Amino acid sequence: MSAALTATRPMVLDSVFPVWAGTDFAVSDAESATDVPERRRAAWMAAAQGGDRQAYERVLAESVPLIRTAARRQGVDADLADDVVQETLLTVHRVRHTYDPSRSYDAWLSAIAARRAIDALRSQGRRGHRELHDERAYDLHPAEHDAADATEREQAARRLHEAIATLPPGQREAVEQLGLKERSLAEASAHTGRQSGALKVNLHRAMKALRTRFHGEP
Amino acid sequence: MENPEHMSESRLPESLIQSLGVQLTPVRRLPPPWLRTAGWLLAVAAIALALLWHYGAEHMLRRWVAEPDIAVAGIGALITAVSAAWAAFTLGVPGRPAGWAWLPLPGLLLWVGASGLGCLRDIVVPGATVATAHQSGDCLMFIISLSLPLSALLVWLLRRACPLRPVLTAVMIGLASAAASAALLEICHGFAVAATDLVTHAIAVGIVVLANALMGGRLLQPALK
Repeated sequence: MSAALTATRPMVLDSVFPVWAGTDFAVSDAESATDVPERRRAAWMAAAQGGDRQAYERVLAESVPLIRTAARRQGVDADLADDVVQETLLTVHRVRHTYDPSRSYDAWLSAIAARRAIDALRSQGRRGHRELHDERAYDLHPAEHDAADATEREQAARRLHEAIATLPPGQREAVEQLGLKERSLAEASAHTGRQSGALKVNLHRAMKALRTRFHGEP
Repeated sequence: MENPEHMSESRLPESLIQSLGVQLTPVRRLPPPWLRTAGWLLAVAAIALALLWHYGAEHMLRRWVAEPDIAVAGIGALITAVSAAWAAFTLGVPGRPAGWAWLPLPGLLLWVGASGLGCLRDIVVPGATVATAHQSGDCLMFIISLSLPLSALLVWLLRRACPLRPVLTAVMIGLASAAASAALLEICHGFAVAATDLVTHAIAVGIVVLANALMGGRLLQPALK
């Protein structure tokens, strides 16, 4: 009980007296910290910053319910929550050096998740607005076998290929292998010599870049 | 016993977690905000030394003795610069409260209050050397042109940070660099704090803060793209 109180104290202080907020959250001994979930996660993230893969995968796995809670608090629906989880995990990976082990891991993670949830809601709002117009466009669309239709499709395909060509080499390779050639992860991995994990992350980043390019949103 | 709902939730991004685990490399932690603030202040101190070397301290000290409110305003500007820079670096760390943005307020009140009192005193005691519109224009240019490299340095020092409120952070950067420039201006400032001069300073600070808010919001978000 006293340990739990110690764990939450800096957060309370930080919100009241941000300048003098205590730094006694330090996790100097990862083993003794494992009995309190938040301290355990802080210790794992600190170890992950040093390159401990097992600690990293553990802390990310324990982060998922926290991300979902943060997303729900922002009003994100269950069907959008997976996107928020994915985006938050990728952001955590990119900015993991900004975590200060003397402070709350949960507060650090929840802030990133809340920001990603807001981004997802904004993106969904823009998409909804566009789909409204797309519906109208569908009503006004000419006959199915219109000759212009085929030309338009060809142009769209050409634009997509051009966009893929501008991607960084790693992302382009992932799209070509997994998307265009429809290879399995194992086949693509064997063919390119890259690990399947790297291919998956590159594919995710490529899809995000393409979405941004065509729809002007991340 | 595990909650089945929790298990299904956790299983969903399992492959992504493994992928990120595979790509894990050791990282260099971000130094604490106070240390990065100190780094930026070193640059401000270097500019102050260069100005003192060029203009000397005698003129500045004579003005301070004659009009102590100028010295108080200068100290207020310096406190604003330090606290705004500290707030900017702190807001660059996820999870730190937005309340940090209030940190420069006491320094700002001291700076504006002392400058305002200086104006009043000059009205009551006429005859002090006040700036012409042209000379005030020089102050404007001094503050803006010095704020530019100081803002750029702050943005560069924040390149590895992750400001989740980029516009607020950019406002802090603008305030820090404009306040530091105004404090440095005191070394070579030749006039009493007249209303025209105070308005010029306020315009310069406003331009710097606004420019940072408009541009900094974009510059500070590489980690979130």
